[in-house]
Amino acid sequence: MSRQPPRPPRAIFRLAAIGLVIAILATAFAYVSGWLDPGWLTPDSLIDTLEADTGIHAGYRRNHAKGICVTGEFESNGQAAALSRASVFDPGRRVPVIGRLAIPGPDPNASDAMPPVRSFALLFRLPDNEQWRTAMNAMPVFSVSTPEAFREQLEASQPDPQTGKPDPDKLAAFFQAHPETKPFLAWAKTARRSSSYANIGYNSLNAFRFIDDDGNTHFVRWGVEPEAPFSPMTEAQKQDPDFLSQELRQRLADGPQRWHLIITVAEPGDPTDDATLAWPAERRRIDAGIVTVDSAQSQVDGPCRDINYDPLILPDGIEGSDDPILSARSAAYSESFNRRTREQAEAPNRHQEPQS
Amino acid sequence: MNERHASRHGQDFSIPARLLHWAMAVMIIAMLFIGAGMVATVSERHALLISIHKPLGIAILLLAIVRLGVRWRYPTPELPRHLPAWQRLAARLSHWLLYALMLAMPLIGWAMVSAAGYPVTLAPGITLPPLVPTSVTLYAALRFAHTWLALTLFALILLHLAAALYHAWMLRDDVFASMTSGTRRRGPGSE
Repeated sequence: MSRQPPRPPRAIFRLAAIGLVIAILATAFAYVSGWLDPGWLTPDSLIDTLEADTGIHAGYRRNHAKGICVTGEFESNGQAAALSRASVFDPGRRVPVIGRLAIPGPDPNASDAMPPVRSFALLFRLPDNEQWRTAMNAMPVFSVSTPEAFREQLEASQPDPQTGKPDPDKLAAFFQAHPETKPFLAWAKTARRSSSYANIGYNSLNAFRFIDDDGNTHFVRWGVEPEAPFSPMTEAQKQDPDFLSQELRQRLADGPQRWHLIITVAEPGDPTDDATLAWPAERRRIDAGIVTVDSAQSQVDGPCRDINYDPLILPDGIEGSDDPILSARSAAYSESFNRRTREQAEAPNRHQEPQS
Repeated sequence: MNERHASRHGQDFSIPARLLHWAMAVMIIAMLFIGAGMVATVSERHALLISIHKPLGIAILLLAIVRLGVRWRYPTPELPRHLPAWQRLAARLSHWLLYALMLAMPLIGWAMVSAAGYPVTLAPGITLPPLVPTSVTLYAALRFAHTWLALTLFALILLHLAAALYHAWMLRDDVFASMTSGTRRRGPGSE
């Protein structure tokens, strides 16, 4: 040995120094993992809060649990190609899409008549293993602008153990404390439920960046506008908990359903980090092509079942914005996917049971 | 064994091995912190960290393969003979476990992303082919393994570091120097 081992008490200091190095590293790791702060908003704690409100429906998405798979294609007309170099916007490009039409809420057996919102998620399968996933909602704005406020909204919506319903005072207090919810509440008051998944438009809500051939950035939001004219939910439909999926299948039996992919381009000063604020109606709107849906499949075994419609899975030419709700959706959807795939792996036959 | 690359005393790791060790030490520890941090946040750091995690993981995989080649080609210094048998065994086991994990973790990550049906995106427009077909059952198992093997790897690295510092500060033998500046600067070895 080149040198003698140290004698106490130096040995104690040296041992302590080793312990300190290890302790610092372990503490730093615990810190970034969020273990040191139980109040830290993680994807895990956000989904826990959601589950506390709604219970767990094993194997299903934690939200928008009831829906139907659809397949079809997108055909680009090339008009968005000047704004984004994404191959999906090449003139004449046709790509297959796997979609999912759904209603919000955690219950896969909920009544279609209940929620005012419908949602449309799409996965565009691009060349070279690229994908574009988007999860759109039939509403103009989101209720809150930050994930922290969203958690507060979930907490305020927690059902009272006595009544099984959210405490109206708590909800009122939440909305009072969050004036950013006003545009959403104003819309919710007048929103009319559609008679179909296919006769309503859906919006990305969050802003995104389009990157053009020269590397320039254009802030956009997108949505799809149906060719089918809007009609409201009927009294007869209200009695049928599954009217949306049945109506869609009937429509598709008569022919494919089409939506136009509309890109709305921001002007300088438009909010790109706040999903509670709509952009002015006169903003430039580009009709980028047509989404055609030609068949529907049950979500129990259809092609959309195992897809996490993470809104940040984007091809080259499209990037996320600094909207905190967009990041939170991506993170929370991943956690929801992790939980439901784990449940599926543990009980693979769960979905084979007949679902209404 | 290649005489030209063996150190004069046969007690140091080769220069390529030392460079790889320290470069990968930084990368792997960064990787573990990035991984732990990205699944613990709903902020924009989530996407940013994932976009670093994937290419960094593939870089670690490539370097780990190179490192195995270096390990095979260049001599590895013997542990000091004064060490008790259990410590030599622990050292041997933990080193092979470290090699196994630095190879397995990126492969599990790549397979896991593939099994979920996600594109394996290294940078905008650069995607790797899927390593396995889409399967949520497989995804669930790989996702579970990725987390727990990462925690195992971090614990193993702490153990490795504690042992290395124990050699450097307590035993004061040549073990630590053989991976840093080399033992030659410190005069003849312990034989």
